[in-house]
Amino acid sequence: MIGAAAASVLPAVKAFATVDDATQAVDKILGNQKAKVGRVNLEIPPLVENGNLVTMKVAVESPMSEADYVRAIHIVAEGNPLPNVVSFYLSPRAGLAAITTRIRLGDSQRVRAIAQMSDGSFWQGDAATLVTLAACTEV
Amino acid sequence: MSKTSRTLVTMPTTAKKGEILEIRIIVQHDMESGFRHTETGQRVPRDIIRDFLCTYNGVEVFRVELHPAMGANPLIIFTTVATESGTLEFKWSGDNGYTSSTSSKLTVT
Amino acid sequence: MIKVLVICAIGMVISGVAVSRAASPSAERQSSYALMSADTKAMQDDPLLNPATFAVLDGQALWQESVGKKNRSCATCHGDATTSMKGVAASFPKFNSAKGSLVNLEGQINDCRVKHQEAEPLAYESKPLLSLSAFVGTQSKGMPITVERNAANATSLDAGQHLFNQRMGQLNLSCAQCHAERAGQKLAGNPIPQAHPTAYPIYRLEWQAVGSLQRRLRNCLTGVRAEPYALGSKELLDLELFLAWRARGMALETPGVRP
Repeated sequence: MIGAAAASVLPAVKAFATVDDATQAVDKILGNQKAKVGRVNLEIPPLVENGNLVTMKVAVESPMSEADYVRAIHIVAEGNPLPNVVSFYLSPRAGLAAITTRIRLGDSQRVRAIAQMSDGSFWQGDAATLVTLAACTEV
Repeated sequence: MSKTSRTLVTMPTTAKKGEILEIRIIVQHDMESGFRHTETGQRVPRDIIRDFLCTYNGVEVFRVELHPAMGANPLIIFTTVATESGTLEFKWSGDNGYTSSTSSKLTVT
Repeated sequence: MIKVLVICAIGMVISGVAVSRAASPSAERQSSYALMSADTKAMQDDPLLNPATFAVLDGQALWQESVGKKNRSCATCHGDATTSMKGVAASFPKFNSAKGSLVNLEGQINDCRVKHQEAEPLAYESKPLLSLSAFVGTQSKGMPITVERNAANATSLDAGQHLFNQRMGQLNLSCAQCHAERAGQKLAGNPIPQAHPTAYPIYRLEWQAVGSLQRRLRNCLTGVRAEPYALGSKELLDLELFLAWRARGMALETPGVRP
């Protein structure tokens, strides 16, 4: 009875993606392939004061030469309304595969970074973080 | 969000050939995610920057696809190799016809 | 009952200190900057990482813009803000004898607009007003807050102090109970600051925007489930005065970043 009443007032949009949505987003990036764990270092503060602006650094071990470079880095969040956060596209012109930016995290969660190499292979890394919210309600 | 706004880039103006340069760029944009609601429960529609492109003497050297989870006033710190003297151009574009560009001259010795 | 007496005692001690000393001890006082994570501090410290920089730049542009029937800009009378506005933000709020009431920086900007530019006043929390107060505010960056008790502001100062110590809202809490008695302790995982207005207007990560002290005070009032006083109200101005006086001698950090 209570369940039925709750179902009728559910919002039209899901509040948060599930880990499955994130997995689907990652599968879309990988195509048929699997991502090996390693070479990708994702840094997010383990405890975040406010999820609205979180500094995130991602670095991939790579010579960034014509023969061997990072083609793209995709960031996927497991606990945001949408799993895709940002995608970076690089070339040997980058010199390093190291990028810093600021992202939104809607909840405590694991964030994943998938790097696509010039030889078509995929590597991944991740970071887990706790997101605290402001103590008093915002108006 | 208006059709354009300020973007500020920080990078060296001179470099040695082959040197890896750090470029910092930030743009004034609310990045309305589309998940916020007004006090009366109306959803605030999405209005974000979707793309960033850096070209070096006309050649793409770095590109970004942004989604609503990118923070307001997007900041990106990235690198590029100093290959030749010239101009680096930076362009943001997004929802509702938004664009913002700036450029920076580089002397490479 | 006992708690109320303790609060009154603290209130009396605070005012007692004010009467007996010319300058307040800054040793025990701490800006909420100190409680932030390294990342958030770095965001505030570097203008190129600080999201409020855009507000300052917008304010700089507005400073030069001619407006109103008089077609004057701020610069027409005040010239270069980097000299003329030095220390100005740090001296507000102040009692305006011509008006017979307290004026904060935003109110002063609007008074100038109406009187000297013959332009419409800017709405509280509007982007242009926040940008101008950020631009003027940052000219006092690093300078001490100079608000002192005087004959003109004494009544407002006492009223502000009274509000600070008064229990309010459904949660029946006073500002002092958190920000004086329990500063440094945690509330829902976040450290409670002493509540010194050293960085306003701030880019608050929670707002994802720049906002004024009055906006923040209204958040607190909502937080204790009290009806928040209106922007620009006498109560908020009195509180602003008391908070500025309580923070006198502390350096301004405008524009600040806060979680």
